[in-house]
Amino acid sequence: MTLNEFAQHFLNALQWGSFYALIALGYSMVYGILMLFNFAHGDIFMAGAYIGLFVALALLSISTTGIIALPNWLVFILTLVLAMIFTSFLGMLVERVAYRPLRDAPRASAAITGLMVGIFLETSNLLFLGASRKTFPPLIEKTVYEIGGVTFTNIKIMIVGLSLILMLALHLFVRKTKWGMAMRAMCYDYVVVPLMGVPMNAIASLTFAIGSALAAVAGILFSIAYPVLEPYMGLLIGWKAFVAAILGGRGSIPGAVLGGFLLGFLEIFVAAFFTSTLRDLIAYSIILLILTFKPHGFFGEPYSARLRL
Amino acid sequence: MKSVFSKVRNTALESTLGRRLWGSVAAIPLMSWLIGALGAFILENLVGYSLALLVGLPGIPAIFGLSHLGALIGALLKGVSGYAEVISSLMLFLGTLVYDLVIYIIPTYILARLSVPLVEKFLSLIPARFYTLLHLAVFYGALHLWSYQDDYRLLVVRFIGIAIMLTVSLNLVNGYMGEFSCAHGGFMAVGAYVSSVIMVWGFVQDDVFGPPVLPPALAPIAFPIVLIIGGLASSLTALAVAIPSFRTRGDYLAIITLAFTFIVKSAIENMEVIGGPRGFMNQPKLAGLPWVFIWTVLCLVVIYNYVNSTYGKATCAVRDNETAAEVMTVDTRRIKVIAFLTSAFWAGVAGGLFAHVVGYINPATFGIMKSAEVLAMLYLGGLNSITGSIVGAVLFQLLSEILRPLKLVKWVVIPILLITVMIFRPMGLMGFREIRPQFLRPKKEVKYAPASD
Repeated sequence: MTLNEFAQHFLNALQWGSFYALIALGYSMVYGILMLFNFAHGDIFMAGAYIGLFVALALLSISTTGIIALPNWLVFILTLVLAMIFTSFLGMLVERVAYRPLRDAPRASAAITGLMVGIFLETSNLLFLGASRKTFPPLIEKTVYEIGGVTFTNIKIMIVGLSLILMLALHLFVRKTKWGMAMRAMCYDYVVVPLMGVPMNAIASLTFAIGSALAAVAGILFSIAYPVLEPYMGLLIGWKAFVAAILGGRGSIPGAVLGGFLLGFLEIFVAAFFTSTLRDLIAYSIILLILTFKPHGFFGEPYSARLRL
Repeated sequence: MKSVFSKVRNTALESTLGRRLWGSVAAIPLMSWLIGALGAFILENLVGYSLALLVGLPGIPAIFGLSHLGALIGALLKGVSGYAEVISSLMLFLGTLVYDLVIYIIPTYILARLSVPLVEKFLSLIPARFYTLLHLAVFYGALHLWSYQDDYRLLVVRFIGIAIMLTVSLNLVNGYMGEFSCAHGGFMAVGAYVSSVIMVWGFVQDDVFGPPVLPPALAPIAFPIVLIIGGLASSLTALAVAIPSFRTRGDYLAIITLAFTFIVKSAIENMEVIGGPRGFMNQPKLAGLPWVFIWTVLCLVVIYNYVNSTYGKATCAVRDNETAAEVMTVDTRRIKVIAFLTSAFWAGVAGGLFAHVVGYINPATFGIMKSAEVLAMLYLGGLNSITGSIVGAVLFQLLSEILRPLKLVKWVVIPILLITVMIFRPMGLMGFREIRPQFLRPKKEVKYAPASD
């Protein structure tokens, strides 16, 4: 393996790691607050990508008809922001409809409604938009840089950089703001903390909103890197991000980031050293081994028998 | 919500007509109903086709004409533009209603009423321990008569049997042991592939495995043994899930089962000998209705007795509080291994049956969506209830058949229905409740006191 190849794999792994980490953050935050897994999250990622697509197309058509001439980088930023806002509304809606009525029900029931919301999102997308794949407009000109025999594109750097900035922003939000403090308190004890005057429903909505916004960013970045959108794109990546979230330790934000990047590196480097068809087999065997020896992930706490049955 | 349901039921029971109807229905023992159904299906065999033509149906309605109901819903959803379709599907639906009434409901009811004294006399003559066997035999007779009318019925009934096996065996781990396993697709895949490979290698002329090793005439005899081998192979792989479960549970175990499903699927895709991602075919289609029925009943009996045995009680103890169970001398590791292995065994057998019903399998069939489907059936029916699992599996499969004419819209309607069920009955339809088989005994009289509350 030459240096350039290694650098390519490394960058690819970072890129996939960012996707997984951004989605896994949504899983982990919801888990931390509400003790349930939002199985619709992979499909919120898909919805985010589609919302981004439509926002981008709308902005581009405004731009080309000449009402306001927007440069492409501005279109990209506006797409990102608007898609984050719309997708967070979708996430809040999902919470309101599918999770809030089930807050006192067994956790597994909520998992089933989550799965069903996911299927609902996929199928309604398929119904309304048809089975043809959509192509994401190229908002960012692809340029190739070369430093010391290592080539890389600006898109990959942008994806990794933007993801890292957002993760840092989330970290600061959770650590430094009052809302973040309320969220951490809720993680600590979701029974007593609402009695102290912390609005549980608002915090739950906020959590879903942030998680969905991050998923939307992941969706848009994903469709810039691989510009083909289809209704089932969130299915596998969602489950894999779920694995990443648990691998880091449930409910832990640094854990989700670490798990996401670890999964990205595992998948890319297994495919690099062996054949790519063996990717899932070896990557998940390693994860199985890690969980056998480190049963609570990297940052997770031992399983307390806090069952809500 | 529950109070509303019981209020509706109570008012229905308190009205004179309702009480008389319910009283006349409830006084009939199950055996008479089965005999009535048997008679109705014989009637269908004799005059079904001509009656179907008479009421304007294209042929004998497949599953009680449920698909016509789905077509009607589909036409209604299309709205005003398709009103011709609404009318034609409405006619078909009304036709099936008449058909169902004339062929199934009225003959069943009349025969059931008439046979009550006879059945009671007969049941009092034979020892009670044969009741279940007797009921099963008559039930199988009715099922056989009904499903051999039509290939589609036969297929659906066998799929329902397989779904029941999967759901009940998953209930053992997810319900009685309180874990969240998503590995049932993987276990099913192992069972399906192992049994298919043995059958094809042993009894079929195949491109890859060459001529049959054993005389093909032996295939029907060897089939159950091969299914058991498939199940055992599946439980062997379940050790990969059971051993990590010693140290962790809950969500971490869910991930282990998920990773297991990915690994199994990927491993099969990488084995070129058995077709890789293209799939594996040429299985002899040996899994007829009798075999599926026998295996389903065996699975139900084994798991019913398992959960009511000391092992079952220990499993529930592990679910409620592992430490406390350990203190009370429950060998938690042993219990976990046994529960996982039993569950995987039956999933493997179900997979083997599935392979020999369809005659073709590929790894994509047994992906994460298969596990999700079984989970949906389980939680629809309710945890910790064998009868609940049966209800969930049958309902889900029937729902799937009713909504088949809706094509894609089906997967919008099913999620909405399931979410609604979960919101109003978070424990599923029959969670933690069981219909005990005591009701098989003949009833002397049924008294109805008006509800006092």
